[in-house]
Amino acid sequence: MMEYFCAKSTTSGFDTVMTPSVRLQEMIRVIRSARTQGEERGIIQRECADIRAQFRQGDNGERSHSLAKLLYVHMLGYPAHFGQMECVRLIASPRYNEKRMGYLGAMMLLDEKQDASLLITNSIKNDLSHSSQYVQSLALCTLACMGSAEMCRDLASEIERLLRASNSYIKKKATLCAVHIIRKVPELAELFIPSARSLLSEKNHGVLHGAVVLITELCERNPDTLDQFRKAVPELVQIMKGLVTSSYSPEHNVAGISDPFLQVRILRLLRILGHNNDTASDAMNDLLAQVATNTDSSKTAGSAVLYETVLTIMDINSESGLRYEAEQERVLWELNEAAGAIAQHTPHEQRDFYYATVAGAASAFPVMSMSYISMTSLQKIVQTDHNAVQRHRGTIVDCLKDQDTSVKRRALELSLALVSAVNIRSMMKELLIFLSTCPLELRSQTASGIFNAAERYSPSKRWHIDTILHVLTTAGGDVRDETVPNLIQLISTASELHCYTVHKLYRALVKDISQQSLVQVACWCIGEYGDLLLKGECEEIEPVQVSEDDVLEALETVLQSHMSSPATRGFALTATMKLSTRITDNVDRIRSIVSIYGSCIDLELQQRAVEYNALFKKYDHMRAAVLERMPVIDKNSPGHTNGDTSGEVKEPDTSKPKPVEAGLLSEPVSQVCDLLDLLGGTDTPLQPNPAPTSTSTTTSSADLLDLLGGLEPTPVPSVTVYEKNGLSLKMQCDKQTETDITVTLIASNSTQSDITNFTLQAAVPKVSLKMRVRVSYSNQGAVHQDTVQIDSFPSPAWNGQPSISPL
Amino acid sequence: MQQQIIRETFHLVSKRDDNVCNFLEGGSLIGGSDYKLIYRHYATLYFVFCVDSSESELGILDLIQVFVETLDKCFENVCELDLIFHMDKVHYILQEVVMGGMVLETNMNEIVAQVELQNRMEKSEVSSVHIHIEQPGVTPVQLT
Repeated sequence: MMEYFCAKSTTSGFDTVMTPSVRLQEMIRVIRSARTQGEERGIIQRECADIRAQFRQGDNGERSHSLAKLLYVHMLGYPAHFGQMECVRLIASPRYNEKRMGYLGAMMLLDEKQDASLLITNSIKNDLSHSSQYVQSLALCTLACMGSAEMCRDLASEIERLLRASNSYIKKKATLCAVHIIRKVPELAELFIPSARSLLSEKNHGVLHGAVVLITELCERNPDTLDQFRKAVPELVQIMKGLVTSSYSPEHNVAGISDPFLQVRILRLLRILGHNNDTASDAMNDLLAQVATNTDSSKTAGSAVLYETVLTIMDINSESGLRYEAEQERVLWELNEAAGAIAQHTPHEQRDFYYATVAGAASAFPVMSMSYISMTSLQKIVQTDHNAVQRHRGTIVDCLKDQDTSVKRRALELSLALVSAVNIRSMMKELLIFLSTCPLELRSQTASGIFNAAERYSPSKRWHIDTILHVLTTAGGDVRDETVPNLIQLISTASELHCYTVHKLYRALVKDISQQSLVQVACWCIGEYGDLLLKGECEEIEPVQVSEDDVLEALETVLQSHMSSPATRGFALTATMKLSTRITDNVDRIRSIVSIYGSCIDLELQQRAVEYNALFKKYDHMRAAVLERMPVIDKNSPGHTNGDTSGEVKEPDTSKPKPVEAGLLSEPVSQVCDLLDLLGGTDTPLQPNPAPTSTSTTTSSADLLDLLGGLEPTPVPSVTVYEKNGLSLKMQCDKQTETDITVTLIASNSTQSDITNFTLQAAVPKVSLKMRVRVSYSNQGAVHQDTVQIDSFPSPAWNGQPSISPL
Repeated sequence: MQQQIIRETFHLVSKRDDNVCNFLEGGSLIGGSDYKLIYRHYATLYFVFCVDSSESELGILDLIQVFVETLDKCFENVCELDLIFHMDKVHYILQEVVMGGMVLETNMNEIVAQVELQNRMEKSEVSSVHIHIEQPGVTPVQLT
């Protein structure tokens, strides 16, 4: 490639012409010498004032140069609308240079939204019949550039006339002008059909090119016209043959290819004409094979032609499927040969031939652009012909490693589209490698793509968990928020893998605490399954001795690190607390951690810490029950989607601060062993009510409002189910769905003295909707114990009274 | 609005390495996914063409080359300053290559010939005016 734009000491031949244009160049020089934006603005303002004065002076031979200056100013981005009328005036001038400048100004400053544009319609009309072809061409150019629908309607017949009877220079321009007219006023398309057809017999390549564009436009707009033009296929084929087989014609030659632009245009038109039409396709098949064979693909020009050829072959139908395949194979073989030849010549980076087989597109060329184009065409095909693209999966996956971001992006989209149950393991390997090296802007797309694929096609739960862990370790910062609760839910369902998972997560945590989502999941797991971690043995993973101190150390590091977000610290604190029931030696350490955070500046942490403290102090006997292992989380339960709570809430807890002594316990806590006897030892196995543990559901006020927002607006009736000795138990049903009912029990003390040792147990049989509640408490030295049976529950909808019977 | 597009385009293109492909998806301001930016890098200049799907991408690459070669012929060893100081001439040349957003002529010699003829027309007109101004006593030459 020749060297262009190298520094030169003098400027070119153009400016030896005339004095006035020096003023334009002078102005440009002055503007460029401005050192600040402000200075430039000042200069521009002065110049514009000058220009305006010039315009007002009328015809003085300077007008076009003033307009030229204005156009430069406009190019820099400054307002120039005051020049619009001047354009109109200049266009009407008899002088060529003024017309020329005026039309240029019109194209730059006017568009159909400006009123002034209508004013030039008449000038254009006159100029279209001017004796000088250059004036005609100015008019044509301007009309094609900014002609409004109205102007097009006015001048369409003029254009059509020029299409038929003028020299090739004008015909060429008129043809493209016609395309513009059709785009603006589609009803006028019919006007141009006959002349378009006859243009195909022109010899001039410029005219031919325009004609093909015009015919393409006509065919794309109207299927009937398309049918008509199918008859032109033999003619087009002839033209192509001429181009392909003609010996070296220097005029249109680009790198040894005869007018590649025209070839490409004709190929595209052939593609449209041959699509879904056997006759037309047959007429062109030989030609297409010939083009593919004869075209030298070692330069971009050849590639362009070859690429279009192959796309056309792919797109059109053939009489027998076999023949189509045969053609395809032949072309691909040719491409293979070409690739071999190029490998020896070009110093540029090589592209693998398989890019060529991908979508059958021409590739294996030195220009980087080729693989990008292949990818693009592949994407179109993958929707309709999935299997064809699967064959090239290997190549596509290779493209993930390409240097070029555009190629990588395409390859990623294609790879994700190609994942299936069959190839999931190998594809995922590649995708995970890609994730660790891909550019930042593609990471989040890759991560979500991987999650989706894993969710749909994982061969096993362990594989699924491993994959998600891998993504979190590599790109934890780029994943979406739902990932954390989703993963937690997944882990909780894979009970056989709890030991494995917690070991893996612990190790990941110890290595790196910067990826928040990973840390959150790890903390949750350690909290839940810490006992398994400490046991040390696990079949699927190399056993490593983990001591209680190690674990607490890890959690404390998370708590104290400035890298941890508030949500993460919440996870860590809760996990620490949970461990108090799973470890034996270090409970004191936990106690002290928790109490430190009682004065933490973060409100959420402080609240949790205070409540955990209380759990230690006053409710120690409850602690084990409160912190016991959670049941399997349902995928769609409300608490599950809220990543902020530690995922322990199954049902929304609405009854937080109520007038009970410590303000903590207002939910029934179930203890399995005692409940069996509460129900009188029935055979039906008990479903322990999944206890929404209020201590760990520290919902922030915003959450509380959200929860309340889901409730009935009318105050829900609360019914007293027990009232004795100053203790009253009220019950209200907050939410009822088909499968769940949420019951809130509120205990209050109306006496002057404290009620201590308050224990409440509730049991619900599996089958019928009843509840038996046993309370025991001490008040003023007397110990009381009572049992109440609730046979039906009032629902907000019913507004009914429960039936209660004391037992 | 135009300036914003120019700025965004420059931003996108100047970031590109030399050995990546010459195609870019257009930025947010340029009508969505149907449009692409195709560019070529010459010394300190980028020539960026914004095209829609009806153009052949590789063809446009070649077209940029044709355009640059034409500029070179018309300006005699073109340099950056030529383009700055003679932007109107550049526009006139471009008018012979692209019209109404469509490719008009791809034959370099043809383009150059037409441009030269038009310039000659302009020059001859101007010089007659020039004479008219300087020698008011002489009858102005009629241009045909």
